[in-house]
Amino acid sequence: MKILKDLYYTKDHEWLRVEGDEAYIGLTDYAQDSLGDIVYVELPEVDDEFNKEDAFSAVESVKAASDVYMPVDGRIVEVNESLLDEPNLLNEDPYKNWIVKIEIADKSQLEELMTSDEYEQYLEEV
Amino acid sequence: MYPYIQNTPDDVKKMLEAIGIDSVDYLFSDIPENVRLNRELDLKPSMSEMEIERYMTDLSKKNMTINNLTCFLGAGAYDHYIPSVVKHITSRSEFYTSYTPYQAEISQGTLQYIFEYQTLICNLTGMDVANASLYDGGTAIAEAAFMSANITRRNQILVSKTVNPQYRQVLKTYGHLHNFEIIEVGEEDGVTNLDELKKLVTDKTASVIVQSPNFFGIIEDLKAIEEIVHNQKKTLLITSVDPISLGILKTPGSLGVDIVVGEGQSLGISLQYGGPYLGFIAVNKAHMRKLPGRLVGQTVDINGERAFVLTLQAREQHIRREKATSNICSNQGVNTLAAAVYLVALGKKGLREVAIRTTQNSHYAYREMIKSGKYKPLFHKPFFKEFAVTSNIEPDAINKKLLDENILGGYALGKDYPQYKNGILYAVTEKRTKAEIDKLISVLEGII
Amino acid sequence: MRKYNKLIFELSKPGRRAFKLPQTDIEERNIEELIPEEFLNNEDLNLPEVSEVDIIRHYINLSNKNYGVDTGFYPLGSCTMKYNPKINEDMANLDGFKNIHPYQPEETVQGALQLLYELDRALCEISGMDKMTLQPAAGAHGELTGLTLIKAYHESRGDAKRKKIIVPDSAHGTNPASAMMAGFETIEIKSTEEGIVDIESLKAALSDEVAGLMLTNPNTLGLFERHIVEIAELVHEAGGLLYYDGANANAILGKVRPGDMGFDVVHFNLHKTFSTPHGGGGPGSGPVGVKKILMDFLPVPTVEKDGDRYYLNYDIPHSVGRMKDFYGHFGIMVRAYAYILAMGKDGLKKVSEMAVLNANYLAHKLKDYYALPDNTIFKHEFVMAGLKSELSEVTTLDVAKRLLDFGYHPPTVYFPLIVHEALMTEPTESESKETLDEFADVMIRIAEEAKSNPEILKEAPHNTPVRRLDETRAARNPILKYEG
Repeated sequence: MKILKDLYYTKDHEWLRVEGDEAYIGLTDYAQDSLGDIVYVELPEVDDEFNKEDAFSAVESVKAASDVYMPVDGRIVEVNESLLDEPNLLNEDPYKNWIVKIEIADKSQLEELMTSDEYEQYLEEV
Repeated sequence: MYPYIQNTPDDVKKMLEAIGIDSVDYLFSDIPENVRLNRELDLKPSMSEMEIERYMTDLSKKNMTINNLTCFLGAGAYDHYIPSVVKHITSRSEFYTSYTPYQAEISQGTLQYIFEYQTLICNLTGMDVANASLYDGGTAIAEAAFMSANITRRNQILVSKTVNPQYRQVLKTYGHLHNFEIIEVGEEDGVTNLDELKKLVTDKTASVIVQSPNFFGIIEDLKAIEEIVHNQKKTLLITSVDPISLGILKTPGSLGVDIVVGEGQSLGISLQYGGPYLGFIAVNKAHMRKLPGRLVGQTVDINGERAFVLTLQAREQHIRREKATSNICSNQGVNTLAAAVYLVALGKKGLREVAIRTTQNSHYAYREMIKSGKYKPLFHKPFFKEFAVTSNIEPDAINKKLLDENILGGYALGKDYPQYKNGILYAVTEKRTKAEIDKLISVLEGII
Repeated sequence: MRKYNKLIFELSKPGRRAFKLPQTDIEERNIEELIPEEFLNNEDLNLPEVSEVDIIRHYINLSNKNYGVDTGFYPLGSCTMKYNPKINEDMANLDGFKNIHPYQPEETVQGALQLLYELDRALCEISGMDKMTLQPAAGAHGELTGLTLIKAYHESRGDAKRKKIIVPDSAHGTNPASAMMAGFETIEIKSTEEGIVDIESLKAALSDEVAGLMLTNPNTLGLFERHIVEIAELVHEAGGLLYYDGANANAILGKVRPGDMGFDVVHFNLHKTFSTPHGGGGPGSGPVGVKKILMDFLPVPTVEKDGDRYYLNYDIPHSVGRMKDFYGHFGIMVRAYAYILAMGKDGLKKVSEMAVLNANYLAHKLKDYYALPDNTIFKHEFVMAGLKSELSEVTTLDVAKRLLDFGYHPPTVYFPLIVHEALMTEPTESESKETLDEFADVMIRIAEEAKSNPEILKEAPHNTPVRRLDETRAARNPILKYEG
């Protein structure tokens, strides 16, 4: 399973990449692999606000569906609309193809997330 | 010997030996003693086919049917003609003894007829996507209301009083489960009160539900209703329609309806004392993923052959569980097939002809019934196959007299609409002849 | 087998007809005189034009692409694909049952009401409950009805906190979905290693916020929840009610009754246990039975008897209202009642005994090749965790597709979710020992192919009219109707 350094990870297999006060969020390689061919991604609207662990998106494959959860509190500033026409992008490159960009409400929550090493270890146990 | 059980005592003996146990009782030994049923079930002993036939035929003979009585009763279930091809096809056991088509390779028959049915409903209603059916007209409205709440994230539903009272009861029961605020919009001269509707639609309203033709048989002004509803951003228009009426009326799709639902019993399904019937639902592409129930889609197989498969299953209960769009697990199977066969049997010309004949018949009956002035029309609005009249005689008394003449009279409106307490709703389909209608009128004339 | 691949729309030709109305002697008016122009559609309807010959050939050819219980063995776990007796069809087609309008005066339909009443009584006796509502249209609908009754019960006692329903992780998807439809939140509890309810997990989940527990017994693994008495006590002590999902009732007819196990509300699937046809997806029927404490909330109307007269009762003061139009799926109930008469008190017990024997026999024949727990008593179904040999990459899906080549409908795959590579198998009592032996031989052959020739499984099916459909494409770019 591909894991990138310099990203934060959650136990629900989301990744987060910080850029100043904002962050990109997506699904890890493990997540896209478990789901299989992704057929649809449900996106939130810009300016929607969510708390940590709220479901802000849902990803559907042929045989399964999975909610995507916020790693931290935040407000949506951008959504990746190319996923609406080409949901398979999440399978092709889950790290390049982010789902949403948020404005982080509380940066201290980043400390609660896993590092890439911790996530690697976590995957071994799963 | 029991019918439908194949194991002979010898088979049982061999199977027990193979497993290595003494008796079948061992296989139930993990049931706690104190809950076991230690007596026989208090039921009749098993019957042979001859006995079953006699017993049930006797029961069936205690019922009068629409073959002994001339039916002028509607109110949500109708005596339309069912072409003989329908039952010959639905009684094919490859169709009725099969299960939900989860294994697509050996269910192409079922999948294809559902795909064709979806197409027919879309074409009939002028919508983009139809599902593989719901239980009936009432639950279809409830599911549509749920969809509208889901899409708009609001929980206020406006429903016209001219919608079938049974549908409104089902909506109320379902709505209570989700704390919906259900507000009934008043009726005036047999149609939805548009002034009242205008005042009631706000930014809290998820959807407005109307029926056309409505419960009184009257064609509602969907164009005006659509304008009022869509004047409010996001609010959806849900309309329950009579599929036979779509033989001559404008499609709800062309009038801007967002969610079309209805009762499909008129499409080749026998009356069967109220069920099983057929609910249909159709929407525009934008709402496709929020549709409850099954959907069949077209695809190709590994050799590039066109094939059909259940699709968008991630919406359904077996995958999404508590996040599913609905809990519905089935569709109406053979009833869906019956409706598809009915629609292709009547076809482009036939459905229009049935709709026209129905209209001619109902309007002839209406004209004759109000001629003498003993029976007065309750409303003065355009209608399709049903109309309501009133008189100074109690409906039960009228219907008793009609029954004596082997006529099944109309639906007494008083219990649902106390302000129309002597009102009776008559339904006249393409099956009724001039002689039957004339007889109805003559008996009615003789009562007052 | 003819290769047939046409849609009905592709057969359409202008001028073809299959239907004709008689001449009318009513003087015809112009339609615009009867209905204002603004409501009328003057364009041609978008429906096909085909002849009766076209229609019959089309659907007969479609039917030839289908597989039903009448074609062969259909061991779908959780579905109870038992034989659908033909006398049931004949009885449902009697004029006196088929052609009665639901709003006819009650004195003209006493036979129908009597049938409903007798069915109600019979189902109460079989389930150990006090009263049925025959209204629910299907199992999932029965679940929704039962949960609605549970909700009404707690509401009537001012117990508004109870917003949660407990469901085992082995439950059928309709259970949490129905709970959601009924406005509840679901709490999932874990099963033990063995696969039955983990009592400690249940204890931890119970509280004064729990409205009830939904359970099926035997459960979806075919195992009898032998701690049911304790489970019932725990739930009742916590103030909750117990719901019985009757999907697996075929295992217990005449042996034990949900009412006696402590359940407060029950649903049956007439299209499973009581032999009514699955219809390619429906219509089913899901009557719900209740104990006295829930009788006041039943949907209207119920069917009652007063002396010799049967009638519909709308006078239920605390009724939850209506779950659907009219009285339920009467046509299906006629079939179910014919079945109950055919089997009778003695036959129904035999049904369960033979259903359970068949399942255990088949499991015994497969246990050396497919992953099954040792020394286990199954009831009417069992779940294999895929192939026993862990060498090959062959999945349950591959096994299922290969079974199609041998003319079998595969068992249920990938359910219940708690078993990896699940193959859920329910033979039912209508199968003979020969059928089970033949099926077992094929399954064993497939297990051997998995070792010696896995390719043949990965590429299966080989012999069906279509093979390995592209489901991804169907979901990514849905084509849900014919566009021409």
